[in-house]
Amino acid sequence: MPSATASSPYEVKATCLSLQCMVLSFQYLSSFSYCHHLSLSLSLLYSSLSLSHTGRSLTFNNMALWLTSTRRCGGNLMKKIISSHPLPLFPNYQTTFASSSSSPTHSINGKKTSSFQYSFLGTRHYKSMHAAGEQILTQEDDNDDSTFGKTKNMDLPGGKIAYTTDMKFLPGSSEERVKCYRVLDEDGYPISSNLLEYMSKELALRVYSGMVTLNTMDKFFYEAQRQGRLSFYLTSFGEEAINLASAAALSFDDIVLAQYREPGVLLWRGFTMQEFANQCFGNNIGHGKGRQMPIHYGSKKLNYITISSPLATQLPQAVGMAYSLKMDKKDACVVAFFGDGTTSEGDFHAALNFAAVMDAPVVFICRNNGWAISTQVTEQFRSDGVVVKGQAYGIPSIRVDGNDALAVYNVVRSARETAINEQRPILIEAMTYRVSHHSTSDDSTKYRSKDVIEYWKTVHSPITRLRNWVERKGWWSDKEESELRAQTMKQVKHAIDEAEKEEMPLLRDMFTDVYDDLPSNLMEQETLVRETIQRHPKDFPKDMPL
Amino acid sequence: MERDVRVCVMGEDVGHYGGSYKVTKGLAEKYGDLRVLDTPIAENSFTGMGIGAAMTGLRPIIEGMNMGFLLLAFNQISNNCGMLHYTSGGQFKIPVVIRGPGGVGRQLGAEHSQRLESYFQSIPGIQMVACSTPYNAKGLMKAAIRSDNPVILFEHVLLYNLKERIPDEEYVLNLEEAEMVRPGEHVTILTYSRMRYHVMQAAKTLVNKGYDPEVIDIRSLKPFDLYTIGNSIKKTHRVLIVEECMRTGGIGASLTAAITENFHDYLDAPIMCLSSQDVPTPYAGTLEEWTVVQPPQIVAAVEQLCR
Repeated sequence: MPSATASSPYEVKATCLSLQCMVLSFQYLSSFSYCHHLSLSLSLLYSSLSLSHTGRSLTFNNMALWLTSTRRCGGNLMKKIISSHPLPLFPNYQTTFASSSSSPTHSINGKKTSSFQYSFLGTRHYKSMHAAGEQILTQEDDNDDSTFGKTKNMDLPGGKIAYTTDMKFLPGSSEERVKCYRVLDEDGYPISSNLLEYMSKELALRVYSGMVTLNTMDKFFYEAQRQGRLSFYLTSFGEEAINLASAAALSFDDIVLAQYREPGVLLWRGFTMQEFANQCFGNNIGHGKGRQMPIHYGSKKLNYITISSPLATQLPQAVGMAYSLKMDKKDACVVAFFGDGTTSEGDFHAALNFAAVMDAPVVFICRNNGWAISTQVTEQFRSDGVVVKGQAYGIPSIRVDGNDALAVYNVVRSARETAINEQRPILIEAMTYRVSHHSTSDDSTKYRSKDVIEYWKTVHSPITRLRNWVERKGWWSDKEESELRAQTMKQVKHAIDEAEKEEMPLLRDMFTDVYDDLPSNLMEQETLVRETIQRHPKDFPKDMPL
Repeated sequence: MERDVRVCVMGEDVGHYGGSYKVTKGLAEKYGDLRVLDTPIAENSFTGMGIGAAMTGLRPIIEGMNMGFLLLAFNQISNNCGMLHYTSGGQFKIPVVIRGPGGVGRQLGAEHSQRLESYFQSIPGIQMVACSTPYNAKGLMKAAIRSDNPVILFEHVLLYNLKERIPDEEYVLNLEEAEMVRPGEHVTILTYSRMRYHVMQAAKTLVNKGYDPEVIDIRSLKPFDLYTIGNSIKKTHRVLIVEECMRTGGIGASLTAAITENFHDYLDAPIMCLSSQDVPTPYAGTLEEWTVVQPPQIVAAVEQLCR
């Protein structure tokens, strides 16, 4: 509604505006069909008259908006009134309506009648319409393709937006939380009748063995840390399904950027137990050349980017990699893993936004395991988990039961296809529970009860669930289970022993790979270190290979 | 926190967990969840939040779980924390304390072994202090909280387990003062944080060899306490700087420049600076030990200086 401020400069302005309006209205009227020009003329007329007669001021902007808004309801109203009622309101218009081609100029006669009080704007005129016993119409009545309803959207730089007179705030969260997709129930019974949702025997057994191997590996490495053989370790208990099932759904060309609780992906792709152990012990033959902490694996050959400790740093990088894949038009996507805590980091939001804007083929997989060290998800965010955040950035998202290997497999496979075929990002939120402590530097019983951990470890174990399903299918048995576990145990123990025996990295490796070649300042610093060791051999570690 | 209700703590896992190094242990139980605030994982955001809170009257203490993560907050610290008092014409003051464990630990990997004092030293508007003993940790922390300027307090990951008898009564140390650890005659050794212990270890060896080093813990990294340092140089005429920062652009580099500018005439020998190499801190224990300056190197340097 035009604002009503009557001060003298405005009145002058108003008069000028009204004159301009009149000119405009003439021009308009001459070029449109009667339906249009009627509503428009009425609105223009109203505005010009209101300016001159009531002294209200209107800025041109307001006017423009006002005009376009009135056209819709004005058009509606007029149409209905004309078609269904006699017109007591506008006796002088009846004649102009009947003859479509007659010039409407005589309708603009500057006469302020009570008819102009029935402005075709907003709610104010509804009251007067009521009073006059008129049928009151709402915006939604304009369903048909009439010319009166053409202006229901506002054309803004971001696209068309429809109007509403209903002032309603979008709620912070919907009453019902986003549902979680699953295929098997807790005991491994299928709950879907769609046969396409299940894996073949070979794949299922491979996924299952991978999960058991990961679990065993974690157990032994964790023990090794407790015994003092390793300085640090981080387990993935409870999240084995996310690790292996997602890896199974990807191709080896898909680049993986993990956070730190996804070694299962590497395991699937062929990283050997020995290689895991070498990296953890930081010895000479490990991939990282002893430069990074344990569990910070990386393998260019297997398309698994070296893990970096700070959270969310891998997410914008994922978008960049997808961008390069897009340029190369490869049949591959990028998969970025992260936890619930990471979604608070600025990099997460920037990455999702960029991925959406650039149509980057990234599959973002969030392991919502409920905890970020001691911070629960309720203290991390107030939204309905992570899945709703995708929508805010224009990214299709889905919530899946992270402890159901089959569900995770289906979702990741579908997401990957969409990401590559449609060249757009996808967000997957895999719901699970962090059975493990955050790492060996944490004792989570300090902030959560042992019973809760035990419950999730046993009742919702992803390994048990898949095992029940494959056993019922007749593909697995206790004998094979014990064989697998014994074999894996032996492998892990052997790998740990071997890795421990290996030599530590050479002194030279402290300075190599900082740049592509050794610059002079580093060469100087290396010489300095060697000289110092030579002069004081007793003061430095003996097992240091030079 | 007891003395001033406006003092509050914010950071990741500082509340009921007590902090990753237990610095804020017991505070949440005593002062409540709002004064000891557990934030989501967004360093730039909670640093910004702390700055905003400070501008409207609170006195927050912002904790970075590891100093290295505060690199994410660099924008807030440099562009806002350091600048707003100046750009607002003195209208808004930002009495924050930004603290956290930094330095090279025991095999924490490159990303958890950052020496942020070298990156932050250039920011105008902030003060930087480094504590090294329980006594000066308490004093400097109190001084930092009471200061109306933004102060970055650098703690060291390996120094949290130190035990020392400290006075019962309240004491506040001066933020711009250096500490005379061991007076001497032959050479001035300037150091801070963990390197102080390596220097003291070397000092024992040096004393046995007949040298008399003067050891100063500079504590104030920005601005330098050139008064104490200057007096020492005028006495000994030889300077050795021992730091954990990297060679390029570290505190040692700035200190060398400052001393040369001001006390060049008093020096009998060029300033020697022992620092870490310009490499990311490796994880392997043996390699990591090599990146940090060790006592034998300090002894050798002093011997060379005093020749």
